[in-house]
Amino acid sequence: MNVVACLARVPDTASRIKPGSDGKSPDLEGAQFVVNPYDEFALEEAVKLREAKGSSLLAIHVGPVDFQKELRNALAKGADKAIQLSTTGPLGPAGISKLLAEQIRPLLPATVFLGKQSVDGDVGATGAFLGNELGLPVVSKISTLKIEGDRFSATREVEGGVETIEGALPCIFTAEKGLNEPRRAGLNQIMAAKKKPLTVETKSAPPPLLDVLALELPKDRPAGRMLGEGVGAVAALVTALQNEAKVL
Amino acid sequence: MAHQSLVYLEVRGGAVKRSSLEALGEASRQKAALGGEVVGILLGSSSTTLAHGLAGADRCICVPDPRLDRFSLEAAATATAEAARSSGATTIWFSATVQGRDLAGAVAARLGAAYAADCVEIRAEGGAVIAKRPIFGGRALVTVKAKGNPLVVSLRPNVFAPLVASPAAVGTSNLAPTFASGDFAAVVTHLASAAGGAKDVAEAEVVVSGGRGLGGPEGFKPLEELAQVLGGAVGASRAVVDLGWRPHADQVGQTGKVVSPKLYIACGISGAIQHLAGMRTSQVIVAINKDAEAPIFKVATYGIVGDVGVIVPALTAALKTAIAARR
Repeated sequence: MNVVACLARVPDTASRIKPGSDGKSPDLEGAQFVVNPYDEFALEEAVKLREAKGSSLLAIHVGPVDFQKELRNALAKGADKAIQLSTTGPLGPAGISKLLAEQIRPLLPATVFLGKQSVDGDVGATGAFLGNELGLPVVSKISTLKIEGDRFSATREVEGGVETIEGALPCIFTAEKGLNEPRRAGLNQIMAAKKKPLTVETKSAPPPLLDVLALELPKDRPAGRMLGEGVGAVAALVTALQNEAKVL
Repeated sequence: MAHQSLVYLEVRGGAVKRSSLEALGEASRQKAALGGEVVGILLGSSSTTLAHGLAGADRCICVPDPRLDRFSLEAAATATAEAARSSGATTIWFSATVQGRDLAGAVAARLGAAYAADCVEIRAEGGAVIAKRPIFGGRALVTVKAKGNPLVVSLRPNVFAPLVASPAAVGTSNLAPTFASGDFAAVVTHLASAAGGAKDVAEAEVVVSGGRGLGGPEGFKPLEELAQVLGGAVGASRAVVDLGWRPHADQVGQTGKVVSPKLYIACGISGAIQHLAGMRTSQVIVAINKDAEAPIFKVATYGIVGDVGVIVPALTAALKTAIAARR
């Protein structure tokens, strides 16, 4: 069984966003870019499956900006080969999954891991679109995964509970935070990764199906009130919650 | 092309989820401007019974196949996509629950439709749906419009008003979709409800959250007591989840849950940008922190500077008295 991990590039979650000059796209000047945090858990789970039984692990990135350092790090952590599909123009889940599917189709049967969503667009549909492209079931937001033979059992948090999902491999999984503890690559692995195959191919993706009309920042909250210091302020808070905010 | 809405009605514990009724409500309100019908879709053997009590939909498509009683994303997507095609739906509505978001993406993929996820505002303009949705974990919002038809939207729970109408008989029709061989390859086999009926932070009306200022996992005990008095849930900052003091399910903010309760009480939380993005739409925010300069105070409705370990128990006691006095 082949294994695939998909890695996205996102601005760090601490970066400040402002609307760009077109009023539609974010101005990310000065932002630090990182591997999408959820994809780190996806990669770790893919490496674990590769170690347990996989024949080969491919790490894929779709996007326009050089990602070779991050892919090289994925190779050091345990991927066997890596590819960046270098694109121009905006990307949506439909376009990204078409490009991913082109690479994965020749590797089938393959089990694919992605993060549950990228922390920039927050759509969380690439797994579903990829499943449709490849004809594979999709199990999203998993926080545990057990594989025995070609069967799996996964759990995920849903509103007010935990769901168990069972099925057969191959399958597409999207990772929730806490699925595992992503490893760090050791020096020997970093050295060995330099010899592993990493390719960059130029591709054009179908454009997104949504037009962005505007990008704005959330409205400021109305100014609040400091009620004072220490236990002495508690009575004022209870009064305010009861009579002013009326939330009790 | 005339507008037509299809609303997916999620069933949990033998009833349609409130958040699905919110989506039904919004589709019905937009009908005035968009025209056409609002058609509900219900899956599983209880679908026909549930449809009969459903006000607000013009009619309902039922797929009473018992195989759908256990949720399978692929089978549900096949059924919903077929219902969308057969009803000529131009907008397909979901609630952005875990199941709703999953299905919205899978249905959009099958229909080749545009998908606007987790929308917080919907308006109609020139016969088209315009949606506003948060990105970057709530640090920005985009307004989007589909380039063509159809459009799939999922609506953030607790943002839109549910439809209020007295239950009335709704016309139903049955659909028997053509399932693909792999549609039941992965199914939900079990749902374990949260221990002791504890509330989910994303659904609670009151959230009492703690951060590193609590000093350790034992520092959450007074917060649990406060949450209990208020009938709320206990949340946590990313820092304390990463330290292993609280489970990830409790994390509020980016890479955790977005919450907008009536009352949010932040205890010993400094207010990192990722945390603020996840709770800033709360109706009332109370911040308790020993550092008067903490960024959390900038979004707080009410702030108290001081030791959380002393103030929270005092607040719990005072609220108990206040609540008892009203009874």
